[in-house]
Amino acid sequence: MTIKEKQETIIDEFSMFDDWMDKYAYLIELGKDLPLINEQYKTKRYLISGCQSRVWLHAQMQDGKMILTADSDAVITKGIVSLLIRVLSGQTPYDILKTDLVFPKKIGLSDHLSPTRANGLQSMIKQIQLYAQAFILKSLKK
Amino acid sequence: MNFNIEIIRNDFPILNQKVNGKPLVYLDNAATTQKPVQVINRIKQYYEIENSNVHRGVHKLSQIATEKYEQARKYISGFINAKSENEIIFTKGTTDSINILASTFADFVNERDEILVSEMEHHSNLVPWQQLCKKKNANLKVIPVLENGEIDLVGLPSLITPKTKLLAIAHVSNVLGTINPIKEIVKLAHNKNVPVLVDGAQAIAHLPADVQVLDCDFYAFSGHKAYGPMGAGVLYGKEEWLNKLPPYQFGGEMVDSVSFEETIFNVLPYKYEAGTPNVAGALGIEAALKYIESNTIDAIQAYEDDLLEYATSELKKINGIRIVGEAKNKTAVLSCIVEGIHPYDIGTLLDQMGVAVRTGHHCAQPLIDSFGLPGTLRASLAMYNNKEDINAFVSATQKAVNMLK
Repeated sequence: MTIKEKQETIIDEFSMFDDWMDKYAYLIELGKDLPLINEQYKTKRYLISGCQSRVWLHAQMQDGKMILTADSDAVITKGIVSLLIRVLSGQTPYDILKTDLVFPKKIGLSDHLSPTRANGLQSMIKQIQLYAQAFILKSLKK
Repeated sequence: MNFNIEIIRNDFPILNQKVNGKPLVYLDNAATTQKPVQVINRIKQYYEIENSNVHRGVHKLSQIATEKYEQARKYISGFINAKSENEIIFTKGTTDSINILASTFADFVNERDEILVSEMEHHSNLVPWQQLCKKKNANLKVIPVLENGEIDLVGLPSLITPKTKLLAIAHVSNVLGTINPIKEIVKLAHNKNVPVLVDGAQAIAHLPADVQVLDCDFYAFSGHKAYGPMGAGVLYGKEEWLNKLPPYQFGGEMVDSVSFEETIFNVLPYKYEAGTPNVAGALGIEAALKYIESNTIDAIQAYEDDLLEYATSELKKINGIRIVGEAKNKTAVLSCIVEGIHPYDIGTLLDQMGVAVRTGHHCAQPLIDSFGLPGTLRASLAMYNNKEDINAFVSATQKAVNMLK
């Protein structure tokens, strides 16, 4: 699936809920289901700053695609990061960088989150983009 | 009967609001309290018919503004039972008050001297002292907090040494709700000639703060945590100390006479109030403290104690919950954690259900770290909270826990 298709699936899924409590319940479920990150990456180096809860994000290249894993000590945060991973993990760094990430706004997440959480979401996206840039630079140097 | 919760609730217009479609349950009073109409109207009245610069004009309005401003100072000095209104310095708030002291007190701190703070201090009563120590090559010493949330009073005397220059401590902890035994602490400190600063931010709205009974040398508080406006607060200092300390900022108002060669500084309290003061803020604090007085601080304290006890026993019914801070003497603050659940998750769901609380380290990171926690969920009370608020908070917390477990 392309990034665009994945975003549309998520928008569809969230359109089923009218109530934010249900959306949160779904995010909690997604958070609990997020595959575990390798413990060795749960260090300060992989910590994203700007979140009230701790979020670790790791990225590596595999066959030209960026593979993302993450964890957080707060499960709603984990649910949110799992959406980002679903959309962006397994895509090329170029695709990640040129993507217009519309789903947080479309599912109402951007508007609904408290400012601290919204900042946290922005920090996660920024970190993923930084990884993508770094991988592109690395491949150019070769 | 002085204390009528229905009348009180009606005085606070914001409480009628809905949040996320639910009636607002406001339990973030340790962050800031809501304002009664009496305070809002006082500020409005100032700008509508009294506004003018103080201590300057010969004209009528300036005289009125000056009079009101000085009356506010006098009232506040009476409220905390200062010996004289000269001991009341208007500031921007508690943080500003403490920074003024830390900055002017610097002259009295030398290399290898010590400043004593407690482990439960808010960053605003910790960082200014830490930075002063760094600048002066002095040492910051810490009074430990016991597991139940009380300070280690037994160990305190040995921490006060001939090198100790100042002891800075909260009257009430913003995380644990602990009421510190200020009188005893001051006695111990004074026995060794050490002055004491009390951070009264979390106390002023909840319990009597009589600076002569406490005998502290300095007392700092904010208007906005006591039903008054933001951006206005007080630094109380014993006159002998304020006379000894140097001025903080220089400019208009704080001077007596100025030539290009030298300046004679004004007397107390003006020495510390350079520039145009926040007159509306001072009047707002006065109105807020009058509002407290109209309900009497003793009645407020008794009411809030009952509510805190009720909230604590209700909250304890939730499986896996742990109260953080179980000091014998506590007021208005209820911190907790739920085993295996991040406080931030609960806070987010509570917000969704219209319950305003705070989560995180509450600007007391060293304390939270010493308890080995990621943060706490904190509900904090004001005189307008009632049992319905507590019930809504507890049932919302239960619901959140069910979702997150």
